[in-house]
Amino acid sequence: MTAAAVAVHNATKAYGDKPVLRGIDLEVAPGTVTVIIGPSGSGKSTLLRAINHLEKLDEGVVVVGGELIGVREHRGRFHELKERDILRQRSRIGFVFQNFNLFPHLTILENITEAPISLGVTPAAATQLARELLASVGLEGKESAYPRQLSGGQQQRVAIARALAFDPEVILFDEPTSALDPELVGEVLAVIRSLTGTGRTLIVVTHEMGFAREVGDHVVFIDNGVIVEQGTPSAVLDHPQHPRTQNFLSKVL
Amino acid sequence: MTNTIRELDQSVRFAPASTAPTPEPTIAVDVDGAARADLARLGTRRVVRLKHPGQWVAAALVLVLALNFVQTLFTNPAWEWAKVPTWLFSPAILTGLQLTLLATAISAVISFVGGIIVALARMSANPVLSGVSWFYVWVFRSLPLILVLLFLFNLGNLYPAIGIGIPFGPQLQVSTFTLLSPLALGVIGLSLSEIAYSSEVVRAGLLAVDQGQHEAAKALGIPRRRQFTRIVLPQALRSIVPSYVNQIVGLIKASSLLFYVSLLDLFGVAQNLSSTYPTDVIPLLVVATIWYLVLTSVISVIQFYIERFYARGVFRVLPLTPFQKVRRAIAGAVTSVRTAR
Repeated sequence: MTAAAVAVHNATKAYGDKPVLRGIDLEVAPGTVTVIIGPSGSGKSTLLRAINHLEKLDEGVVVVGGELIGVREHRGRFHELKERDILRQRSRIGFVFQNFNLFPHLTILENITEAPISLGVTPAAATQLARELLASVGLEGKESAYPRQLSGGQQQRVAIARALAFDPEVILFDEPTSALDPELVGEVLAVIRSLTGTGRTLIVVTHEMGFAREVGDHVVFIDNGVIVEQGTPSAVLDHPQHPRTQNFLSKVL
Repeated sequence: MTNTIRELDQSVRFAPASTAPTPEPTIAVDVDGAARADLARLGTRRVVRLKHPGQWVAAALVLVLALNFVQTLFTNPAWEWAKVPTWLFSPAILTGLQLTLLATAISAVISFVGGIIVALARMSANPVLSGVSWFYVWVFRSLPLILVLLFLFNLGNLYPAIGIGIPFGPQLQVSTFTLLSPLALGVIGLSLSEIAYSSEVVRAGLLAVDQGQHEAAKALGIPRRRQFTRIVLPQALRSIVPSYVNQIVGLIKASSLLFYVSLLDLFGVAQNLSSTYPTDVIPLLVVATIWYLVLTSVISVIQFYIERFYARGVFRVLPLTPFQKVRRAIAGAVTSVRTAR
């Protein structure tokens, strides 16, 4: 359908009569890091959540890895997918939340193995995988701890490990460091950085401009439900063309 | 040091009226080197705890009243304590207790499962399901349990046979009396009413689970049924358990209404026996009281451990069990006695 890893066409959504997305078109090349920035309430989180169908769009389509998300085409019309099929699609798109959303009543290991086991992976294989993933985010030895016994940074690293359980091609990060104390931001960004250059496509909504500049291949500035400006980090962050981008950057940089 | 402060106090008190008293003298103490040494000494002084004389007065009052009552237990012959142990374990009472336990236990399990189903139906996006569920809760919360029970026991008169089939077409029928024993009818009555309440308890618990948990489960692609059984329900149970145990305690006592539909539960047996042995009314009431207290106490202990189980991951350290608390208190007392020596 398209060579892009993630493609969004005409994404439109309103909460009641308040428009949040107003016809967004976005193409993300495979294996790249796209950073979405913008003021709060601009629609950047909604756009990200629409990519794995946590939000249903009023209009527009989302294509991930060549597959339509949330709908199927039949005789020129789109039909809503059954929940089971949407869940199957979601399992191949990693999603990392601002508030981690680890399952507090399950151990760290169970948090990671829960989804694979529920989708048919044997417990032994899932446990093996979870241990490897925990090691890759630097948290070996925490298997039997509960989430609340870890720091925020450690919890977010577990959440990233959990999102990696199905080896997703695309990983979405929704302000992954916004809920963290400043000294814990670095360890989470380091883990995200380690995921770049592995062929995975990352889309990161963030307020960390330094991170956007360093890791981002492509920066998208969204304001008021539309993409105002996009391009390379240096183009958008250092030489913004649009006054709204300039205004936003002057406040956050 | 006390002298220093007294002097400072006086200097303020005797200051001319025109200069307003300021907190400066205390600051002076802080700056002054000698006074600072005094402060360091003051830092180690014990603070005399605030006295609460009201507590002692209240305690004395309660003690006097309680002792008065306890005295009557011994001195008032009408209690007839001698008869209590005999009745307490008499076969009739134990049979009644058994029925109370059986009816409550079965109803409690049915109501719990039923409550989850009705709550899920109520929260379902399907308007038929949520409508039916709302109607059910509305009806059975409105009706007194005794009315439901009497209706059920007259079901045989109302519908001599129960069956299902195509409306106005062929039907499969069974006689109501052969189908349902009195105990079954009693349990159905208790459950019908209890489900209506427990469904609201369950619903409140489900609503209390953070929306982020639902989203994380969805984002991971966990199948819907498992999202509920593994992620949402276990977290909801933490707030459901205390209220639901409360419901069960209510259910134990509500089961005494079975007496009115000629099922002899604990209360029913005690009531029957007291009409047969009118001189033993008081001891029989005491026996029923003791058994109801025992049942509720056992349930409270079970509740504690269930709550503790569902507190996993909520506290960094699990709350102590009563046994652990007692053990720790004894250990603490022993060490304090040793150090005092």
